[in-house]
Amino acid sequence: MRLDPYTPFEAEVVERIQESPTIFTLRLRFTDAEQHKRYSFAPGQFNMVYLYGVGEVAISIVSDPEDEHLYEHTIREVGRVTRGLAQVQQGQRVGIRGPFGRGWPLQQAEGHDVLIVTGGLGCAPVVSVINYIISRRERFGRLTIMQGVKHSDDLLWRERYKLWSQMPDTHVIIAADQDGQQWPWRVGPVIGMFDELDLKPDKTIAMMCGPEGMMHAAIKRLLEMDVAEEMLFMSMERNMQCAVGHCGHCQYGGKFICKDGPVFSFNEIKDIFGVAGF
Amino acid sequence: MKQTQFLQRQDLQALIDVLIAEGYSCLAPQVRDGAIVYDVLVDVSHLPVGVHDQQLPGKYHLNRSRSLRSFAWANGPQALKPLLFSASEVLWSAERDADGKISFVQAKPVVQKTAVIGVRSCDLAAMRIQDQVFLEQEYQDENYQARRKALFTVAVNCSHPAETCFCASTGDGPTAKSGYDLLLTELDDGFLVTAGSEAGMQIFIQLPLDQASDQQHFVAGEQALHAEQVQTRKLPQAGLVEKLLANLEHPRWQEVAERCLSCGNCTMVCPTCFCHKETEQPQLDGHATEHLREWDSCFTQGHSYIHGTLIREDTEKRYRQWMTHKLATWVQQFGNSGCVGCGRCISWCPAAIDLTEEANVIAGGGKE
Repeated sequence: MRLDPYTPFEAEVVERIQESPTIFTLRLRFTDAEQHKRYSFAPGQFNMVYLYGVGEVAISIVSDPEDEHLYEHTIREVGRVTRGLAQVQQGQRVGIRGPFGRGWPLQQAEGHDVLIVTGGLGCAPVVSVINYIISRRERFGRLTIMQGVKHSDDLLWRERYKLWSQMPDTHVIIAADQDGQQWPWRVGPVIGMFDELDLKPDKTIAMMCGPEGMMHAAIKRLLEMDVAEEMLFMSMERNMQCAVGHCGHCQYGGKFICKDGPVFSFNEIKDIFGVAGF
Repeated sequence: MKQTQFLQRQDLQALIDVLIAEGYSCLAPQVRDGAIVYDVLVDVSHLPVGVHDQQLPGKYHLNRSRSLRSFAWANGPQALKPLLFSASEVLWSAERDADGKISFVQAKPVVQKTAVIGVRSCDLAAMRIQDQVFLEQEYQDENYQARRKALFTVAVNCSHPAETCFCASTGDGPTAKSGYDLLLTELDDGFLVTAGSEAGMQIFIQLPLDQASDQQHFVAGEQALHAEQVQTRKLPQAGLVEKLLANLEHPRWQEVAERCLSCGNCTMVCPTCFCHKETEQPQLDGHATEHLREWDSCFTQGHSYIHGTLIREDTEKRYRQWMTHKLATWVQQFGNSGCVGCGRCISWCPAAIDLTEEANVIAGGGKE
């Protein structure tokens, strides 16, 4: 039982990386050594990142949970707080509280083939899970990483994908609706990537994040391929202000995304998944 | 077994005096701006003696009679909610020094022992529901908890439900069964008094009480039965959760959305709605800032905002979110409905939308 879940701790920006014109990564460390030592998270969980005088925003944690030195947030400039956070430079301070929520089912995934499906502008919530699996390769079966983007320029971390594609028993499939120069991956509808898949339905666990329409289409295909509903996991996003199930903004039917999720199995939310307005 | 005794009407002041002597600030119903609300009370003459209410969809009106009763009315707009879950409060503040270092300080609420007189059964049930939200899940809200511990409730059984009331249908009234410190049943010449807690018993034993007669118990029973029987509004009973969730595309959602102003009044007067937003109030000199929480409503645009888009861009989706949460998904979240039948959302809706009517149509029960 944790008291006062609302007040942040101070953290220092140790490094700031510009990933794309509108996407940046902050590598952070709590300024209080005790708090830094106490802090631990699981892949798929998120922090509330606070910009002084402006407010908080929920951001997933991309770093490896066993990296004790720093933790990272990759953030896209899109709203009031994230546009402000984009101005924060190395050495400056922010507030952090967390981690919150339920992450990816990594224990359940052990011994299984893992299929990662993401879309949109890179997918921060699964980066930590990919790194987690790659550094504990023997515990998992085949790793397949599928990423769809509208335009090839939208793909973040090209080097990482390239590196991942060279790992043992790892298959990377990337598709862009439109390609630019020197695009080594597929071109065409993202859903076409599934034609390349050769999965063992009873041995596969899928982890997805990105636009809900994309996940909806992916789930449909995976169910057709006989993967069980309870082996399809997705990370959901809604407005979050308190992160502890009190403020009501992230309600998703009978779930609070902040504390019951953000990772859900499809069978937990299938009643309302895809229904506009929830 | 709970002990019930009788307090003469002319001795009601003794209850206030004992509570004040025990360190409580007394809040009691009083007429303010044409409505009955809770305000500080030291003298029982300020109670709404002979005041009655008329409530209909979109209507709340007070009138007077020669009755000597102080509690012959149904709930006004204000529940216990604002006393426990503050409409606006500072959660924490932060200061930034010249080197850019930020220090955070948790705000501690100033808590005063408070006794509220005249709490209705529906509002006790609503308080129980907010306890679930703020105290009984993974994370506890310290501010709510501090105020909750300092709260003493003097419930009064409801004898005059409004036309908008439907607590009998939700099972939350009109008679209080538990959750109070003291319980009064108002009769013509005085009050039956029951202690419901240790703290309540501490007050009970200091009151000038007489033995209650069989006749008084009988009249109280008749009164309770009457208060139940006069209620005409009802929520659909069996299978409401499933029926609402099976009708997410019912044409009635659009029809009600054409009447709904999306003003959020229903959520503000609702004794269980808990949504709130967090806001920031930086000082102009830039060295300090306060982080607040304020009541929010699922009828606002901002409620469903997420990186540049709205999940519920129109009133139809917002009304559906509100009603399906209150009556259906609340059950999935907390094991019970979020509605206690107080009827406030009906009376205080400027468009006279009636939750019970809408729920009956959408859940397929028709108008009862």
